[in-house]
Amino acid sequence: MTARQVDNELRKPSFEKNPYERRALQSYVLSTLTVGMAILACFPLFSVILMLLYRGGQRLALTVFYSLPPTAFEDGGGFGNAILGTLFMVGLAGLISIPFGILAAIFLAELGPHRKLSQAARFCAKTLTGLPSILAGVFAYASVVLVMGHYSAWAGGIALSLLMIPIVMLTAEEAIKMVPRGMKEAAYGMGCTPAQAMMKVSLPVAMPGIITGVFLAVARAAGETAPLLFTALFSDYWLEVNQPTASLAVLIYNYSGSPFANLIELAWSASLVLVLLVLVLNIASRLIGQRNK
Amino acid sequence: MDTVANTAEAYAPAACRDNDVILDCRVDNIYYGDFLAVRDSRVPICRNEITGFIGPSGCGKSTVLRSINRMNDLIRSFRFEGSVHYHGIDMYGPKVDPVVVRRHIGMVFQQPNPFALSIFENVAFGLRLNRFKGNMMEKVEKALRGAALWDEVKDILKRSGLSLSGGQQQRLCIARAIATEPSVLLMDEPCSALDPIATRQIEELMVRLKEKYTLVIVTHNMQQALRVADQTAFFSVDISQGGRTGHLVEMGPTRRLFDDPQETLTREYLQGEFS
Repeated sequence: MTARQVDNELRKPSFEKNPYERRALQSYVLSTLTVGMAILACFPLFSVILMLLYRGGQRLALTVFYSLPPTAFEDGGGFGNAILGTLFMVGLAGLISIPFGILAAIFLAELGPHRKLSQAARFCAKTLTGLPSILAGVFAYASVVLVMGHYSAWAGGIALSLLMIPIVMLTAEEAIKMVPRGMKEAAYGMGCTPAQAMMKVSLPVAMPGIITGVFLAVARAAGETAPLLFTALFSDYWLEVNQPTASLAVLIYNYSGSPFANLIELAWSASLVLVLLVLVLNIASRLIGQRNK
Repeated sequence: MDTVANTAEAYAPAACRDNDVILDCRVDNIYYGDFLAVRDSRVPICRNEITGFIGPSGCGKSTVLRSINRMNDLIRSFRFEGSVHYHGIDMYGPKVDPVVVRRHIGMVFQQPNPFALSIFENVAFGLRLNRFKGNMMEKVEKALRGAALWDEVKDILKRSGLSLSGGQQQRLCIARAIATEPSVLLMDEPCSALDPIATRQIEELMVRLKEKYTLVIVTHNMQQALRVADQTAFFSVDISQGGRTGHLVEMGPTRRLFDDPQETLTREYLQGEFS
């Protein structure tokens, strides 16, 4: 071997992995940590669902869907009125917030994105999404319950709509902004008025995104308790829109704290029904959102 | 109309000797906010001919094209000084509605931009917009045949327009634009997003379309102008006053402009001394 060959041999780099090297260990530990945290993030949801299936599943029978709540010492009964109440109030909130939110979103995304009014509305909506939901209840209490003189399903729906509007508005704005510029240009190039371009071209393309936002907002509203405590309160009877109205969320709140085994069992079942409802809505919104991609 | 044609002839003697000017575009100034984008450009467009706009980037050729059907009105800071006479009416007249202008002067864009609708509905779009009540299928077929797309899509009319290839999408956009039978079709670099084969198909299509329509195309490709355009307008940009203001340098029959340019700037550009 010449001196030069020896020299080359020495300089030859190694390409083999050394698992005990410091940076290899560091990388390994950090990767494991991220996987662990990702698993941990799924843990609460799955454990809640398992717990609910176990505790709530026992009492879940067809009768609970169409029976009225039992009195304290009674056996059996159900929460049909609470399901109906939740559906009515969430539906009312949807009827208010969907047109409201979408029309506002069209203004924000299309008509005056840079105007002062848009910036103000966007800021308010973002702040509202972080609003503690109990404040929505207090607001509806002051502006509806006190004016009407009694608790009602209307007040409950209005309180929930306050929580839904900013979600619908902001997601719809994003969805409308995502419509390709070329498509809007084509619409104007064909001689569309701004309203026609929106109705015939932009909105249909943005629709899956808008529906995703609506579903997420509905899912949030369905699970809210605090706004309903101040507005719809609770009732042991079937839905009467001008009277205090039962809802799943408030039923869970009331019954889970009661000393009666039957009521506690019902609270578990109601929790299961509510979580499944929210889960179905979330999955549906994901499916609709993906369909367009 | 006569007077318009006469003045156009006086300005550009070579253009339109035997044809009449269908669209007389006179730009005094076009601003975007305070920025002077195009100045002093007079572009007469001849009936049933292809007029090509060429020039370096930023020379205002697209801006002028999009001013013709008032597409630029969508840009808030846009300001047009001048006139665009079409059928003797100034498209920038006080009573003219830009929406109606765009229904009469069709446009095809650089990126193929079909709507997220079926192929059939894409073509029917303009007809529905104009509340067309007759035989929709007949009109759609005619437009698709006119855009040389019918044979490829006649069995898949219900499929989304977005499922077609780029070249097919662009021909779909042409079909959509000609379905309402506008007399003028503006094309803003219609081939720049397409491959050479699709480009060739569109170019052949343009030459056939001029029998029925008047075409104005913007192209960054001099060879394309040479292949398809009857008249060519060369725009350039002067950066002398700090800004970048485009203007028309020279316009004439394509052959004449390429073989014997009258202006030094045109000759330099055609010889590839700047781009």
